[in-house]
Amino acid sequence: MNAIDNKWIGKRTIRPDGADKVTGRAGYSADHSMPGMIWGRVLRSPHPHAVIRGIDTSKAEALPGVKAVVTAKDIVNFPLDKSVMLGIQDMRWMCRNVMAREKTLFHGHPVAAVAAISEEVAEAACKLIEVDYEVLPHVIEIEDAIKPDAPILHDFVRHEGKPSNIATTMVNKLGDVDAGFAQADLIIERSFTTRPVHQGYIEPHACTVSYAADGRVTIWSSSQGQFMVRAMTSLLTGIPQSNIRAIPAEIGGGFGAKTIIYLEPVAVMLAKKSGRPVKMVMSRDEVFRATGPTSGSMSTVKIGVKKDGSIVAAQGTFYLQAGGLPGSPLRGPVGCSFSPYNIENVLSVGYDVVSNRSKVAAYRAPGAPLGAYATECVLDEIAEALGMDKLELRLKNTAKPGGKTVYGATLGAITFKETVEAIKNHPHYTAPLDKNPSKGVVRGRGVASGFWFNAGGESSAQLNITEDGNVNVTTGHPDVGGSRASIANVTAELLGIDHSRISVLIGDTSSIGFSNLTGGSRVTFASAMVVTQSAEKVIGQLKERAAKIWKIDPEAVIWDNGEARPAGPNAGQFPPLTLKDLAAKANEMGGPIGAGVQLNTTGADPGFATHCVDVEVDVDLGIVRVLRYTAAQDVGRALHPDYVEGQIQGGVVQGIGWALSEEYLYNAKGQLDNASFLDYRMPVCSDVPMIEPIMLEIPNPKHPQGVRGVGEAPIVPPLAAIANAIHDALGKRFYSLPMSPPKVLAVIDG
Amino acid sequence: MAKLHVTTTINGEPTEFLCDPSQSMLDVLRNTLGLTGSKEGCGTGDCGSCSITLDGRLTCSCLVLAAEVGGREITTIEGMAQGDELHPLQQKFLEMAALQCGICTPGVLMAARALLEKNPDPTETEVRFWLAGNLCRCTGYDKIVRAVLETAAEMRSAA
Repeated sequence: MNAIDNKWIGKRTIRPDGADKVTGRAGYSADHSMPGMIWGRVLRSPHPHAVIRGIDTSKAEALPGVKAVVTAKDIVNFPLDKSVMLGIQDMRWMCRNVMAREKTLFHGHPVAAVAAISEEVAEAACKLIEVDYEVLPHVIEIEDAIKPDAPILHDFVRHEGKPSNIATTMVNKLGDVDAGFAQADLIIERSFTTRPVHQGYIEPHACTVSYAADGRVTIWSSSQGQFMVRAMTSLLTGIPQSNIRAIPAEIGGGFGAKTIIYLEPVAVMLAKKSGRPVKMVMSRDEVFRATGPTSGSMSTVKIGVKKDGSIVAAQGTFYLQAGGLPGSPLRGPVGCSFSPYNIENVLSVGYDVVSNRSKVAAYRAPGAPLGAYATECVLDEIAEALGMDKLELRLKNTAKPGGKTVYGATLGAITFKETVEAIKNHPHYTAPLDKNPSKGVVRGRGVASGFWFNAGGESSAQLNITEDGNVNVTTGHPDVGGSRASIANVTAELLGIDHSRISVLIGDTSSIGFSNLTGGSRVTFASAMVVTQSAEKVIGQLKERAAKIWKIDPEAVIWDNGEARPAGPNAGQFPPLTLKDLAAKANEMGGPIGAGVQLNTTGADPGFATHCVDVEVDVDLGIVRVLRYTAAQDVGRALHPDYVEGQIQGGVVQGIGWALSEEYLYNAKGQLDNASFLDYRMPVCSDVPMIEPIMLEIPNPKHPQGVRGVGEAPIVPPLAAIANAIHDALGKRFYSLPMSPPKVLAVIDG
Repeated sequence: MAKLHVTTTINGEPTEFLCDPSQSMLDVLRNTLGLTGSKEGCGTGDCGSCSITLDGRLTCSCLVLAAEVGGREITTIEGMAQGDELHPLQQKFLEMAALQCGICTPGVLMAARALLEKNPDPTETEVRFWLAGNLCRCTGYDKIVRAVLETAAEMRSAA
């Protein structure tokens, strides 16, 4: 689609949900209450690893004000020997994550829950629950968990025939790496570690649930998918989906972690037992202790090149922390690490390692940043060893359309090369950098690239014309960062009407067709597709109505700029009929006007990004400051440029936190020592500069507006880009994140 | 323990409520008075989502005991717009897309307003340090800082 032709697509319109969000009126998950509502609290394990021999809830139940107590007995048990999948989630693990069953697997693991007339009474009742624990030795770090004598978390997990904490192995292969490395003039192999980092959404998990006397359940909660909430709650409570209505509250950030649930099934069972609506809200401490961070990792990457810089072979081994139950995002590093490049011989292996930490959850481009960190740091060393410009090395090896990836896909119309060239030609990359501006301060510049699969999948939309000729569009996707604004722009463009006449809504599970999660950079891609097809159907109906009024063939009617007109002089002479005119005559001419589309969308080709960063290192304090950051990405078509830029800027700053300051710190007892925003250090406003996005708009030929997924790719390059910039400043390499002041000082002094 | 009776002023309205001695002002705003615009991101004064002004001074309402506010003036996000007329900061945040999920937005707006009342011509660095007590995980702060600087410039030229 040609940008010049667009009246609304690509415009920085005001988002439909904006006024509510700047005035405090928008309803997030904890903002909903009900008459007669009581409060639920969770009792959590004080031990990182223990057998639950018994739970006595009688004293808690006897406390005045307590209305219900729930344990694992009240949650559906999925036996360990049979996998039951919902998307990528295994219900064996989910049922044990929402409520510990045989064992507690991490400090903070839920073991029981209480509903009472106030949070204080519920909290007091939790303390009266007597749990008989048999405390077991625990293991936290990957290197310890994979040792032969490590405490084993799960008897049923076997690796190479023996009990192990390695739950899964994923192998992706292309060509023959041994033959490839044999041709190499230079081989560099390095090992890296990263720490688990939390998604850090500001809204803690919360829900309000009602259970009616006829067994019908209503759930108000925020998530990245109300249909996921319904399906998972149904599986874990045994209540059929048709009896559950999941209403999506506004979501206060998710970044992947709200693609699973923690509280909803527990609240449903408390509501069922008590006969009262139940509200549950996690504290920040609980969010840190018991909801998923993303995996920490141990990686080794080996890359072989010819003298001219062409890569002949690459090998990656990625150990990822799963937490107490299996399921780390192996696909991210295994599939993404080498995919920006045209490499004939690749071996990429991932290991899913369980240990006594909270179960990981998805985090923006799940797993991909860990892999890119290792790969892009090794490429930096290769460029240095060859005396080559770092971007030239990447340009020499960019993946090509039609190329085969290690994860099996054949690449479509990809545009990685363009992102590298955009940085190469940008005034940031070409500007001179004063590397020694003052005593005790050194500066450096780094670059790195990144890849994300992107995704299509199931989406539904319904577009209705109101009786007064305006428009309601409903989709099934929670709006995490402005997707309603993009849908309003697309609808206004297609119908040729003013943006302000369109209302964009998020339907609940009973009012719109199945829609998959908001995640994986899929929502704008997929929802624009179903909204486009719905609008096309509506335009077809409008043309038919006009044809009926004019008594001409519908083929002889065109829809142009919000009006039906005769296609040409041969069609007849009639004054145009507007949307309002046709809406006013809708019922006499055939009934209401509206259409819905439900699709399994395809054509979401991968996303690529290349970043450039300048840093300053205080060599006395070890503090690294980001001075300038430029991020180039092919976005296909920016339906609403502000929210595309926002995805890039937000992803980059999360990456800066991952690189420099964020980490989970466990003590010797296996307890998380920094479960607060004070001690878990996310970037604050004064830590970062402006982030300059370069949006390359090269339309995705498989999408009606040319959209390409945007949200994940920006968090993939920053870890390596910053590590490479620090090396440029100090002349020393770092192989471990975060590059926090103590570690920086250790490298400077070492 | 018996509840305490507190008489105060919230967004210009005389207001009475009963609270427990241990209850935070945030809890009373959200769960007693139904003013849910102030958000609880942490409950420990680290995220700034519950920012209010107390006698004109910016504070985290999660760190204030409700029993302390008798006779004082509280402003919350619900008091920022005048009817359907948005405060210039609210309008600029919409125009410049300075929010994504929006959960931090009420607190950021309260903090930014307090800054501009104190310093109508802040530098970028001053904005960044003033807002360092308000965590935002979506935007990377870029559009927030721009919107505050732009609002300040417009308010100065209108004054």
